[in-house]
Amino acid sequence: MIIFIVSLLVILMLVAAVSAIVLKDLLGAVIASCMVSLIAAILFYMLQAPDVAMAEAAIGAALSTAVFVIAIIRTKRHEE
Amino acid sequence: MRIIVSIFLLVVIVLGITLALIAIPFDGSIGQVGGHYIENGIKETGATNIVTSVVLEYRGFDTLGEVTILFIAAIGLGAVLATGTKNKNGSKNITPASLIVYTGCRFLFPLIILFGFYVFVHGHLSPGGGFQGGAVIASAFVLIYMARRGRKLSMVPAKVMESLGGLVFVLVGLIGLAIGGQFLYNFLPLGVPNTLLSAGIIPIIYIAIGFKVGSELTGVIDNLIEES
Repeated sequence: MIIFIVSLLVILMLVAAVSAIVLKDLLGAVIASCMVSLIAAILFYMLQAPDVAMAEAAIGAALSTAVFVIAIIRTKRHEE
Repeated sequence: MRIIVSIFLLVVIVLGITLALIAIPFDGSIGQVGGHYIENGIKETGATNIVTSVVLEYRGFDTLGEVTILFIAAIGLGAVLATGTKNKNGSKNITPASLIVYTGCRFLFPLIILFGFYVFVHGHLSPGGGFQGGAVIASAFVLIYMARRGRKLSMVPAKVMESLGGLVFVLVGLIGLAIGGQFLYNFLPLGVPNTLLSAGIIPIIYIAIGFKVGSELTGVIDNLIEES
């Protein structure tokens, strides 16, 4: 059961990582990279590292996404 | 040509990472140093969370370097973004956030702040600590900036807290140097493990780090928002 959940999470993470590179809409790419961080936080928690999971969720998913979104506000939303 | 070179590089990197990772044992055996921390950590430092006892007790000086790196990064970002010309009147018309976003952010803000404080006050008992709690608090301030676009928070209290946090860390370390003969010597009584007032100087330092990291990351977000 647990191996099924973990494989699903890893596959989702890979899909999100690839779409963060491929997407032309930069806001979508930022949200996809946020999703990578969020799934990484869940996986860290499952590997019994809750300290790292907390840091990953707060910094990787929340703060770095905010920084990227502010950068997109300053520039253009779509890649050419 | 570029594709062939990139595929070649990819293969080399994958091989390197695989060869590096294959040497690490993943069978659950613990080395000598780790075994010492797990067996004697609670007895020697009084902190139930072994990660905290390593971060602030066995490797406390490294943590001071880590805090310094974050401080220098925040200062550098502020210096790069300080262009000198601040358009106070806001030439661009800022569209206000919708009622749903505004109400949700106002509802969530105190809860997230409370959770951040809980994480770093209980850093020696439960998972988390100063860095994690500070990041959670900064993410609460991101919500405030989202809900009230164009609103300016006063950054003077944040700067004061940031400086006080760093000062408390170094002062506690120096008091330990004066009393015990080594930097960050745990000069307070260890107390009973699993209670809030235990582990000597560890809670004091983690609260200082929490305030420092929280105000620093909030300052980074504020600098970026001000420019946009």
